[in-house]
Amino acid sequence: MGDGQQAATSAIRVDNLHKNFGDLEVLKGVDLDAHDGDVISIIGASGSGKSTFLRCINLLELPSSGSISIAGEPILFNPAKKGEMHPADRKQIQRLRTNLGMVFQSFNLWGHMTVLQNVMEAPVHVLGQSKAEAREKSEAMLHRVGLYEKKDQYPAFLSGGQQQRAAIARALALEPQAMLFDEPTSALDPELVGEVLKVIRGIADEGRTLILVTHEMAFAKDVSSKVVFLHQGLVEEEGTPDQVFNQTKSERCKAFVKSVH
Amino acid sequence: MDWSWIPEYSDRLISGFWLTLQLLLMSATMGFMLAIPIGLVQNTGPKWLSMIARGFCTTIRGTPLLIQLWLIYYGVGSLFPDIDGIRESFLWPYLRAAFPYAVTAFTLSVAGYTGEIMRGAFAGVPKGELEAARAMGMSPFKVLVRIWLPRAVQNVFPTLAGEFVLTLKATPLAATITIYELFGRSTEIRQDTFRVYEPLLLVAGIYILMTAVIVVIFRWFENRIPKPSIA
Repeated sequence: MGDGQQAATSAIRVDNLHKNFGDLEVLKGVDLDAHDGDVISIIGASGSGKSTFLRCINLLELPSSGSISIAGEPILFNPAKKGEMHPADRKQIQRLRTNLGMVFQSFNLWGHMTVLQNVMEAPVHVLGQSKAEAREKSEAMLHRVGLYEKKDQYPAFLSGGQQQRAAIARALALEPQAMLFDEPTSALDPELVGEVLKVIRGIADEGRTLILVTHEMAFAKDVSSKVVFLHQGLVEEEGTPDQVFNQTKSERCKAFVKSVH
Repeated sequence: MDWSWIPEYSDRLISGFWLTLQLLLMSATMGFMLAIPIGLVQNTGPKWLSMIARGFCTTIRGTPLLIQLWLIYYGVGSLFPDIDGIRESFLWPYLRAAFPYAVTAFTLSVAGYTGEIMRGAFAGVPKGELEAARAMGMSPFKVLVRIWLPRAVQNVFPTLAGEFVLTLKATPLAATITIYELFGRSTEIRQDTFRVYEPLLLVAGIYILMTAVIVVIFRWFENRIPKPSIA
């Protein structure tokens, strides 16, 4: 905990993160420092390791080496075994995860619960809120993402865009300080992308820390305070949207930005 | 056809019916409780435990229930009297009776078949939904109780209903170890009255009714839980 004074201002700080899948080295030492209120977009070609990196932050993937701090609190790891560092304290991870709302590419709503039950689940069964309190907050959350009318529907009966908005409401219900978005619009039909981006923009505007893996370059440019371009497991280019998109130094980043535009 | 014996034997038929119902409910409940860990360890447990569970399912599913029942009743049951002091212990009344052996055998049978169903059911729950649960800060136990198990049961509910009906129709085997359940009573009536078909037809009718009631109950539950997602 040498840099205590720096870590204190970081919502999420990752240092020298490595991740191997067997012999394949997916992340080769990635750093990230997200301050409170930062909106960081991670871009890059598929296979660049951006989703893996995001999933390492809340330990859905176990890193091979490196360090991660959430709101200044370093995650405690046991020494790596078979290329994976397991958390030393399961309770710590469970607690920190409630502070990192996660939104997935494939929504991952729980199919046996209605939309409202999905949103209420973690507040009641993880945070220990009363059902009445959780219901009130969850209904407000669903209002906010424009899904209040669908609250008693099961996820299978919603469109992709509606499911993703419900998933965002579910993550928001934990009232996390930071949120992780893993390609939130990649599984959506083009005409449904807008409604989801609108919700994400609203969250970004209210000062929550966001880390966003995305292929939506226009959106990343517009909403981000910082953009990170990953290439083959390394940060190839990072900076403000203007620096990354308009004054690109790296040729690869230039080519990538051009190819997706 | 001669049904004049019914009034005389109605008490015995009713007691047989209750015994069948008890045997079914007890073994189905306990068997399902066992099936959960049996299915679970094959998805997430250590290799040795998973192999034991798989071996158990293969053995149960690969051998006739009648043989399992007899091995437990005549085999295991015959070992107990040799244990010193057991005749004086509080367990003896249970060890002497046939019913607990039948419940044991049927429980293990249900556990074997349903364990295999639950293995597939657990495996069929989308991995992303479990990830989402973990990402929301749930402990592994909470993920199981709140998400994994209910989602798995939802997917195989009709199959479980079928298993329940099959278990009902296997219960007459218990008559072979002196248990006077429904079929046992019909045999008793045949021996007393020399009427062969009427008692059999009567109990067959009762089994059909029981099956119908089970189907209706399960369907009611099925309609209350959402259909598995199409995705």
